Amino acid sequence: MSNILEVLEISKDYGDFRLDDVSFSLPKGYIMGLIGPNGAGKTTIIKMIMNLVMKQSGAIKIFDKDHQKFEVEIKKRIGFVYDTPNHYEHLNLKQFKNTVAPFYENWDESAFKDFVHRFNLPLNKKLKKFSKGMAMKSSIAIALSHNADFIIMDEPTSGLDPVVRRELLDFLRELMQDENKSILFSSHITTDIEQVADFITYVHDGKIIFSKTKDDVFEQYTIVKGGNDLLNDETRKSFVGIRAGEFGFEGLTKDRGFTENIFGKNVIYDKASLEDIMFYTNLRSKNNR
Amino acid sequence: MKIIISNASSEPIYQQIGQQIKAQIISGDLKEGDGLPSIRKLAKELHISVITTKRTYEELEKEGFIDVVGGKGTFVAIQNKELLREKKMKSIEDMMAETVTEAQKLGITFEELQEMLGILYNDNNE
Repeated sequence: MSNILEVLEISKDYGDFRLDDVSFSLPKGYIMGLIGPNGAGKTTIIKMIMNLVMKQSGAIKIFDKDHQKFEVEIKKRIGFVYDTPNHYEHLNLKQFKNTVAPFYENWDESAFKDFVHRFNLPLNKKLKKFSKGMAMKSSIAIALSHNADFIIMDEPTSGLDPVVRRELLDFLRELMQDENKSILFSSHITTDIEQVADFITYVHDGKIIFSKTKDDVFEQYTIVKGGNDLLNDETRKSFVGIRAGEFGFEGLTKDRGFTENIFGKNVIYDKASLEDIMFYTNLRSKNNR
Repeated sequence: MKIIISNASSEPIYQQIGQQIKAQIISGDLKEGDGLPSIRKLAKELHISVITTKRTYEELEKEGFIDVVGGKGTFVAIQNKELLREKKMKSIEDMMAETVTEAQKLGITFEELQEMLGILYNDNNE
């Protein structure tokens, strides 16, 4: 498998926040979801990949090339969708398209028209009158109409209603029928990532907690529920985080086999969601402070 | 081909799909040489990861149920009839083992179980 993206030990110190030795990679033909609580560093990582924020150390390779040295060449093949105020709000979609299209050699007018048709976008309405869903769809139409091989999206689903989110996720699945396309997208809406991602990278407090296939994550991370009599200093160690209540405890383990060896059939094992994983990881780091 | 995935099941998704494809091959609903959807198509339709469907196909290929022909697609393998029967026998054995375990839990004797089986077997033959 060749990697479309390689992030190698990137760091940056902001004083009150530090991106610490972040490494992960995405093979060609897959979707990676970047999750983490607000302020974990997701957007900073994406901006570094796009070379919009300078890294202090480490390396980033896209299409096997250094992302700074070959920036122009690389960016022609990237479709970037991000969630920031648009500076062209006074234009309508057609005018906006005419402004950005000349920047791309590979601009594909018929692809753009297909998107407009598919997403039911009005060409003559001012962008500032667009709903959030329409604005998102327009960004996608613009970002994906130059045959990009690598699509990077920062929080594409936040602020969208469930119907539009589903449409977007279905669209991503369709896009992935072409094995030469790859997608990296960040979201704190964990269910979106559970639904479409092949790989999950979890950032917490500027550090990578894990970066692996979705199947690996859900085979390992498991919710364990049982009676409080089973808890002692030793057994507590097998949990990432734990909540003991009056009638029993619930905890998260990241090594199901190990925990099964300790508790056997005396506890209940439930599937962990990404939300569970985020919650308990956060609980632990709070307790360690 | 019909595949239904349960998110509530404790069985991993790649196994659920594998079991269902196998069952359809054994029952003859999927026949020798029938084409299977590509891993990407299957992933899209079932809303699961390409990695999962790839794993399913890899396992099925290893067990000899399907052939992955590079550039052409994936097909139900030409099966050895004896082998198929063996596999069916094995799955009946597994179900019987489960029955025995359940029966023992309830304290049902071997004779009682035999009698139950006799009735069921003859009912089916009528």
